[in-house]
Amino acid sequence: MPTFAQPAAAPPGATAGRRVPTRRNTELALLLFGFVVTALLSAAAQAALINTVRVDCLVLPVLVLMLGLVAHVVIRIFAPYADPVLLPLATLINGVGVVFIHRVDVPTETDSDYHKFASIGATDGLGIQQVMWTGLAVIFCCALIIVIRDHRTLARYAYTFGLAGIVLVAIPAVLPGSMSEVNGAKVWIRLPFFAIQPGELAKLALFVFFAYYLVRKREVLSLASKRVLGIALPRPRDLGPVIVVWIMSVLILVFEKDLGSSLLFLGTFVVMLYIATERKSWLVIGFVLFAFGAFAAYSLGTWLGPFRNFHDRVDIWLNPMSDPLNTTYQLSRSLISLGVGGLFGAGPGAGDPTSVPLARSDFIIATIGEELGMFGLAAILLLYLLITLRGVKAGTVVRDPFGKLLAGGLAFSMSIQVFVIVGGVTDLIPLTGLTTPFLSYGGSSLVANWILIGLLIRISNDARRPSPAGTAGGPSGPPPQLQSAATEVIKL
Amino acid sequence: MPSIVLAVARFGFLALLWIFVFAVAGVVRRDLWTGSRSNRLVAAPRGVPAAGPPQPAPARPRRGQSPRILVVTEGALAGTTITLTDRPITMGRAEDSTVVLTDDYASTRHARLVARNGEWFLEDVGSTNGTYLDRAKVTGPTPVPLGVPIRIGRTALELRP
Repeated sequence: MPTFAQPAAAPPGATAGRRVPTRRNTELALLLFGFVVTALLSAAAQAALINTVRVDCLVLPVLVLMLGLVAHVVIRIFAPYADPVLLPLATLINGVGVVFIHRVDVPTETDSDYHKFASIGATDGLGIQQVMWTGLAVIFCCALIIVIRDHRTLARYAYTFGLAGIVLVAIPAVLPGSMSEVNGAKVWIRLPFFAIQPGELAKLALFVFFAYYLVRKREVLSLASKRVLGIALPRPRDLGPVIVVWIMSVLILVFEKDLGSSLLFLGTFVVMLYIATERKSWLVIGFVLFAFGAFAAYSLGTWLGPFRNFHDRVDIWLNPMSDPLNTTYQLSRSLISLGVGGLFGAGPGAGDPTSVPLARSDFIIATIGEELGMFGLAAILLLYLLITLRGVKAGTVVRDPFGKLLAGGLAFSMSIQVFVIVGGVTDLIPLTGLTTPFLSYGGSSLVANWILIGLLIRISNDARRPSPAGTAGGPSGPPPQLQSAATEVIKL
Repeated sequence: MPSIVLAVARFGFLALLWIFVFAVAGVVRRDLWTGSRSNRLVAAPRGVPAAGPPQPAPARPRRGQSPRILVVTEGALAGTTITLTDRPITMGRAEDSTVVLTDDYASTRHARLVARNGEWFLEDVGSTNGTYLDRAKVTGPTPVPLGVPIRIGRTALELRP
């Protein structure tokens, strides 16, 4: 009978001395590359706008680069094994957004104040404001990376996060309209000196809670009762959580008139449920619930007040050119802008973005589409896709289930948010007021999305870090076990 | 500003943006070979990269016939493969197992596979529900031939060349 001795210790240097590359220099190189891209965009826009290129076109790109470098240094120290592409991707999208916001600030030839051209400096207008918001957001992101050394500590406060998320989501609904309503959506808290969109932060808190809850319950939720059409359905009594989230999303839709957030919460929850249980039936159930909710809201909207806003939006979506001077003004302008952009766009600075309403926030995708064309817009969308890809990758590699679910959920929420707003602007789905991550003008959105990137960086650091046994330097074999010791004794 | 410069800037920017996308994709691609430690819920042995360069193994008998990978054929992890090194492979629900089983019928530390002169031996390490090699319950270290299922709860694993 063969016996087991412990296998000979690994040859020295084979594993213990093996260095896992941190890829921090790759990150730095990509950051600088992103800066070159942003700087060229800024210079090209200025050349087209005022017929000359001044040094001050570099001010905004350099400021964004400096913020990216600050985050880079923090990552080098506190999360050295983090994914090298997340930070450059976020910084580039943010930089492109800043340049475009500044570009919209500059009046075009058709404006009466055309002559103020030369006097528009780099630090005038909303572009520099956006840089300040970015600075605040990067500070939050760095603080998160420094304070939270292990993402699993978040699971300890999961119920607190869940409660905070629900409260944050609910606040605008109960506030009077004068303090919470902007352009028809009640998603703000407006204070005398500043306004925030609590939903942006609530989504992060809720996703942390979802991840924790689903890790605890996934075994129960993956039990199947019977198969229908080849899909194993869950037991009816396990439908509770998804119904609760569905009701929450319908309440958001009704009381805050915010279809985007409603879709974001439900969609992300359903996808996390799917990741946790590996049962496709949850995707089907989620889709059916949402389709039913949306159809019911649309039907009720014809005669019931709270659903009217949604009903109108669906009508606009179905007939975007029916009333271009009044109700469908926004969407028709957006579609015309995208059409004018065509395949390669009018060129940075050569379009007419002021013809689109809300060209800096909700419709910044139309602005970019007009000037960069489908070619440029597709590249921007690919940048988002790469962020999602890396987030999911971090989720598949990290060892703990909570980290897996959180990374998967956060990464997917970025995708669904981009889908909802880009789909709205391009008339693929009814238009809703979600912000475009990193591009739209606004502090709440930037802070929330940079925190999201910080979380992904933290989780990816854990995923890619060599395990402690490998870095301890000693023999990294498994701990001796009683079984093999026993066989050794018998052998002797 | 001559229009040729504007055109160069316009298309140059688009080209540069796409080059950035491809640069990131290149980093991601290189990362596939260096950064990946594991596949789905299965982790590589601590300190040993799963897809690392093949370590110079001692001469194995019957080269080409010796097992190189461990494949999960049934259960929640079906489809997962693990590249074999000289290291023992532990199986169980414990987070530090080589194969972290998500199987209700598996014990925290269920079984392990150990290589000896190019042959792999299966050993039960005190599981509750037992380890089976095909139909036979494993009581002591048992050599595992290629393609014979190792059954742990609802999970089945096989050695393959």
